[in-house]
This record gives sequence, structure tokens and C-alpha cells, in this order.
Amino acid sequence: MEQTPPDPERQLQPAPLEPLGCPDAGLGAAVGKEAAGAGEEDSGVDTMTHNNFWLKKIEISVSEAEKRTGRNAMNMQETYTAYLIETRSVEHTDGQSVLTDSLWRRYSEFELLRNYLLVYYPHIVVPPLPEKRAEFVWHKLSADNMDPDFVERRRIGLENFLLRIASHPILCRDKIFYLFLTQEGNWKETVNETGFQLKADSRLKALNATFRVKNPDKRFTDLKHYSDELQSVISHLLRVRARVADRLYGVYKVHGNYGRVFSEWSAIEKEMGDGLQSAGHHMDVYASSIDDILEDEEHYADQLKEYLFYAEALRAVCRKHELMQYDLEMAAQDLASKKQQCEELATGTVRTFSLKGMTTKLFGQETPEQREARIKVLEEQINEGEQQLKSKNLEGREFVKNAWADIERFKEQKNRDLKEALISYAVMQISMCKKGIQVWTNAKECFSKM
Amino acid sequence: MGTLGGAGLAAAVAASRARTLGMEGERRASQARSSGLPAGGADGESPGGSAPFPGSSGSSALLQAEVLDLDEDEDDLEVFSKDASLMDMNSFSPMMPTSPLSMINQIKFEDEPDLKDLFITVDEPESHVTTIETFITYRIITKTSRGEFDSSEFEVRRRYQDFLWLKGKLEEAHPTLIIPPLPEKFIVKGMVERFNDDFIETRRKALHKFLNRIADHPTLTFNEDFKIFLTAQAWELSSHKKQGPGLLSRMGQTVRAVASSMRGVKNRPEEFMEMNNFIELFSQKINLIDKISQRIYKEEREYFDEMKEYGPIHILWSASEEDLVDTLKDVAGCIDRCCKATEKRMSGLSEALLPVVHEYVLYSEMLMGVMKRRDQIQAELDSKVEALTYKKTDTDLLPEEIGKLEDKVECANNALKADWERWKQNMQNDIKLAFTDMAEENIHYYEQCLATWESFLTSQTNLHLEETSEDKP
Repeated sequence: MEQTPPDPERQLQPAPLEPLGCPDAGLGAAVGKEAAGAGEEDSGVDTMTHNNFWLKKIEISVSEAEKRTGRNAMNMQETYTAYLIETRSVEHTDGQSVLTDSLWRRYSEFELLRNYLLVYYPHIVVPPLPEKRAEFVWHKLSADNMDPDFVERRRIGLENFLLRIASHPILCRDKIFYLFLTQEGNWKETVNETGFQLKADSRLKALNATFRVKNPDKRFTDLKHYSDELQSVISHLLRVRARVADRLYGVYKVHGNYGRVFSEWSAIEKEMGDGLQSAGHHMDVYASSIDDILEDEEHYADQLKEYLFYAEALRAVCRKHELMQYDLEMAAQDLASKKQQCEELATGTVRTFSLKGMTTKLFGQETPEQREARIKVLEEQINEGEQQLKSKNLEGREFVKNAWADIERFKEQKNRDLKEALISYAVMQISMCKKGIQVWTNAKECFSKM
Repeated sequence: MGTLGGAGLAAAVAASRARTLGMEGERRASQARSSGLPAGGADGESPGGSAPFPGSSGSSALLQAEVLDLDEDEDDLEVFSKDASLMDMNSFSPMMPTSPLSMINQIKFEDEPDLKDLFITVDEPESHVTTIETFITYRIITKTSRGEFDSSEFEVRRRYQDFLWLKGKLEEAHPTLIIPPLPEKFIVKGMVERFNDDFIETRRKALHKFLNRIADHPTLTFNEDFKIFLTAQAWELSSHKKQGPGLLSRMGQTVRAVASSMRGVKNRPEEFMEMNNFIELFSQKINLIDKISQRIYKEEREYFDEMKEYGPIHILWSASEEDLVDTLKDVAGCIDRCCKATEKRMSGLSEALLPVVHEYVLYSEMLMGVMKRRDQIQAELDSKVEALTYKKTDTDLLPEEIGKLEDKVECANNALKADWERWKQNMQNDIKLAFTDMAEENIHYYEQCLATWESFLTSQTNLHLEETSEDKP
């Protein structure tokens, strides 16, 4: 039921498979250190020799997207997009990369991978996937999943997803992840064979726990609030940004009309004609410059969106904690009531209402042998219960420790990434302003020559 | 009609003071038919050598001219040698340029400060409420050094109706001159209420422009109705308004105009065909530009509205992020500053570009009216010629009538030609200035935003350098 530290079977065996190093992606520069330290994760499992593995680096890229048609599970025609994933291993010494694997995957397979990771690594803030359907669109962007711009941005998002996993000290060593990159056929079956769907916690159970848990770790409660706030504020920001983009598009494009009219007007003007004509050309340049500007901004929006979706991943970890805590509290409660029952039977006092007490009154007292038997059963149960409580406690504490470690890692990543995103936004604005100055300076010159 | 002598005196006096800046037409003395007046120079300056008539600067001569309701710039020839019947309400101002293009010596719209002697301002709109209606009056202050004005400073209040009246009188007096346009009576879209502050301000500025354009026009500036408009008290103006041809006669003229304008079009000389083509195309283009400019303003306003909301969200965000507080707050600050810059750009657009473009939209309508009137004058001639050719009616008086009409047509055409050149020059300058201003506003806007974001970037880089140097062991 509850998740013990990662199953040894799913860990990479040193031979014959190539150990999965962590790629030298821009993400998680401190990965090497963490990865080495992550050996504590497989406590008791000595499948790895640690530091040597990180000499080999790999590069992962989602390099292409292709429209395909095929038959789905219900044997109906459908169109979908497939993405080419290429894995290269980089020789540390000379930096040359060699293509080691290349295969095609579709979005639903990425989803499957993520769902699997969520189940097996509940204490990890699992990187989110890019959005399934386009949201926060402004009018020029289509919400169509087949739209080339959307597909392109999704390609980048999927690549980012894989890179995040690959640079995560724990997730990068997962076998299913490795197979995702290397085993084209049968991968889905392999994942399903792990039976992870069965191991998943039911939503209902989780919801119940959230409501009824009495003493969750305060840090997780705060984290939950934080993730709610993060989600709300980023959504709001993205919505307004989309509206601003829409308006900005309008301003630029309307100027394009000047180009046409100036050109027509210049035909009837003798002295002003040349100035009008060339000014009109600059207006056209101005109007068309907005397309690239907004495309760049879309990448910025995608960076924010990733953290919007990360909020959900954070909440998933909190939910897990609540579930475990609730489970613990229930187990403790159960144990306490059993102990009490036992005590009552032993001392003969009936302090609480019980069915047994009722039936005793109705059908007569039980025999001492019967009572002894019951006490024995209870004592066994109590013993078992105490063992379980102990291990649950231990689990719970392990979970909190590990989860919190990953959350700290996540926080640092988030701060770095968001700061970088904001700075890149400023850079974009600067570029836009420079272009604007140039166009209008040219236009002004044309106007003054009229 | 009053004494012709007085009128001639007035005309000569006017000649000595006529400013011909940008207007190459006023060489009344240089044409063959003139008599009694010195020839004017070709350099566009009023003839300094023109013999000053006794009492020329006296206002008494001018009073007579006022009563005559004549345009002082009228060709003296017409006054002395032609029939007084020409001095009807449809009188025109003939200008005989020697060579129009060579007369273009001035490209500035505003007269040189030292040559300008009539300064007008329109301000202080005030609301007046009566039992029947509510209306706005505008204060008009006139400062002048001209002798024909009783005083050097005047302050009157006028309402839109009064401006309409003035425009009508000017059009009557000078059917083929390009009269400056008035702002529209109503603005169809965007305005709910007549007394909206923006509407009033826009109108005030347009009215100010209207009067100043008249003041700068070499012919119109001496128009008597114009003077009365600027100087008369309210009751004086209303009694003056009641004079002049009645409504019926004016209506009759309109009917004649419509009927005969088609004929005028057929015999239109080549240069006026060209002019008409230009006017049609120009009208199309300027209307489009007006629409485009209005649309840009609207889009910029909506962009500004959205931007206002954008900055504060970053502040909100900073409340839940410990490590990103400063960065987020700085970004919010930058966005707000860009917001202000956008606001400034918008107001620049609405001040420099939009009114100018719109004025020329109205001008283009005005030009079409001028063309029509010219055509109508020509049509009058053509119908008489036709009558003579086909001996339809009693043809004894026809040759004489035709002669007069021929003169009338020639004068009308010349007036238009000269004013046309002047108008074109002004138009080019105004358009050039307006668009240059717009470009300037945009450059300034982008420069401000650039500075804002660059300083943000610098501060972030500095912070980063500080942080990394702190981290170093």
C-alpha cells in the first residue's frame, strides 16, 4: 500500500545496460553533487558504485514533430503528433556526441511516463508536462493542437520535461525512464506490467485524508498554501499578458495600413511622393516586426506556465504527506481503541459501549475461555498494530525528510529559473524598444524629407 | 451699394498692407486692365511704392467698405470699370498672378511674427442654460495693430452657430477660395453627450485653428464679416446677421447650383480636371488616414488599459516569494513606467496628429464644394453662350452678359488657382509636421522604455555580481 523506498528491481543494474548519467543540461548544475549524495535513497541496495557513473554525460533532445495517422485502441482512425527523441552520449574528454538512441513517442506516452513517476516517487516534485491543450491564448494564436506553432512549442516543452527528469538526482536513474528513451516497442506494456496503476492512491482516499487529517506537518500545510497562491498569481499574470499581447498586436498591425495608403497617396503627390512612399515602407516593417516579438514572448509565457503546472506537482507531494499522516493517525487510533478493548476485557469493566457488551447482556455472559481467546487475539493484533505503527511512523518521517529535501532543491531551481525568465523578459523588451527606435527614426527621416 | 470711390480707396489701402506671404496672387496692379494703381513688385511684397491715398489709414474709408461689404482685395479694375452689378453677394476676389509658381516664397503656415498683425485666441468654453436650450460659448480675444480696427484688443463670446454663420458668409463672398473648415456639428461615434469635456476641448482647439487660418489667409483676413465676428458685441452681431440676402434667395442659388454644376463639369479646363482628380484621390486617402489614426489611438488606449493591470500582478506575486521580491517589484516598476510612457505617446498623438488629419478630412470636403461652385460659375457662362449660339431667347443683351460672365469665370478660376497653390503648400507642411511629430513621439516612447528596462537589467547584473562574490569562499 504505502511506498517503500524505490524497488531495487527498478533501479538500474550496472551491467549490461549503460548507466544513466545525468546530462549536462543547463538545469540543475549542482546535480553531480546531489546525485552522488542521493545514494542514500537506495538504502540497503548496493547496486551502484556512485561517483564513477557521472563521468559519462548524455544529451537528450526532442528534435522533430510529425503528424501521423493511425488506428487507436478502438480501431478508429485518428491523427496525432509523434515526437522524435534522440539520445546522445557525450565523451567527457573531447565533447563529441554520438547518437545512441532515437525513437518516436506521442504525447500520451509522455503522460504515461509521468503518471508512473508520480506513483513511484511520491516524495519527489515531478516535473510537469507542457499543456495538453493551448490555454491563455491571445487571438492570433490558435487553440488548435495541430497548429504548427503550438506543436513547436510543445516539442520544446517535452524536451524540457525530459531534461528536467534527466537532471534530477533521483528520477534520472529510473529504469522505466531509461527504457522510455531507448525501447521503442513494448515500452507501454513494460510500464503497465509494473502495475503502477494499482499502486496509485485513489483520489477519493486522498481527498478524504486531506479533510480529516489532524496533525499534518506545518511545512506541508504552508507549502500547499504557497502552491495555491503560485497557481493563482501565475494564471492571472498569464491571462493579462495574453490580453496585453493582443492589444500590442493591434497597435502594430494597424500601422501597417499606413503603408498601403501612403503608397497610394504618393502616386498623386509630386514633392511629397518619395517621402510618403518610403515612410510607408517603414510602417510596413514596423507592423510586421510584432510577429517575432510576440513569438519570443510566447516562450517566456511557457516558462511561467511550467511553474504554474509545477504548483500541481507540489500539491501532489503535500497530498501524499497528508495521506500518510492520516493513515498513521488512523492506525494509532485503531491501536488505541484495541488496547482499550483489551484492557476492558482483562479487567472486566465495560467503560464504553460495545456490541459485545450488548450481546452479552442479551445472550448471556461469555465463558472465561472465550474471553481469554479474545484477549489473545486482541493482544496479537495489538502487537501487529504496534509494529505497523512503528514502521508507518518511520515511513512517514522518511517521507517527510526526503520530500523536504526535494522541495528545497525545487525551491532553488524555481528561484533560479524564474529570475532568469524575468531577466529574459527584460531582454525581450529591450530588443523590442531598439527595433522600435530604429523604425521610427527611419520613418521620421522620410517624413522630414517630404 | 455705396460709393465706388470709397471702395477703391479701401482696396488701395488694403493693397499697401496686403501680406502676400505664401500667396502669390495679389498683383492687382500688374494686370493689363488695371488703372490708377502702381504696379506691384514680383517678389511677393506689397508694393512699397504704391501711392498712399490721402486718409488711407483713416477708418472712415474703411467704414464705407464695410457698408459695401466688399472684399478689400478686389481688383480695382472691377470696381472702376465694370458694372456695379458685379458687386452682388456672389462677388469674388480676382487675383491675377503673373506666374503662380514663382510666387511661392513662403512655406511656413504661420506668418512671421513681425509681419503678423492679428492675433486671435479661442478659450474659456462656458455653458449657458436658457429655458429653450443649453449651449456653449467660447471666449475670443483679438489683438491687433491694424488701423481699420477701432481698438487694439477685443474680447467677445461666440457660440458654434456664430462660427457657422461666419463660414457661410465667407463662402458666399469667396465661392472659389478655400475657406478653412469648421469642426463638425456632431461627432457620430464615440460621443454620447455634446458637452463631454474632451469634445469641447477638441472643438475649442479646432475653432481656434479656424479663426487663425482665416487671419493668415491673405484675402479672407480682410473680410468684413470676419472683422465683425471678432469685434462686435452680441447684439450688434445678431442685428448684423439679419442683414444680407434672405433665406429664399440663398435657397434659389443652391437650386441653380445643383442644376448647373453638371454643365460646368463638362467644360472644365484641363488644370481643373487635374485639380479635381487630385481632390478626389486626396479625399479618399486622407479619410483612410483619419480612420487609421483614430484606430491606432483606440488600440493604444486599450493597450494602456491592459498594461495598467499588468504591473500590479507582479507586486502581488512578490508577496508570496521571498527570494524574488526585489526582482518582481522591479519588474512591476518597469512596467508601470512604460505604462506612463504609453500614456504620453497617446496624448501626443491626439494633440499633434489626429486634429491635423481630421482638419484635412474636412478640408477635402470643403475643396469639393469649391470645385462645385467654380463649376457652377462656369455653367452660368456656358448656358448663356449656348443661348446665344442657338438664339433661343432675345439675344441683344447676351453678348454683354457673356462678357461679364467671362470675366467672372476668369476671376473665379484665378482665385482658385492661386489659393490652391497656397493650400497645397500648407497641406504639405502640416502633414509633414504632423507625421514627423508622431514619429518623434514614438521614438521618445521607445527610448524611455529602453532606458527603464536597461537600468533594470543593470541592477540585476550588479546584484548577481554581488551575490556571486559573496558566495565565493
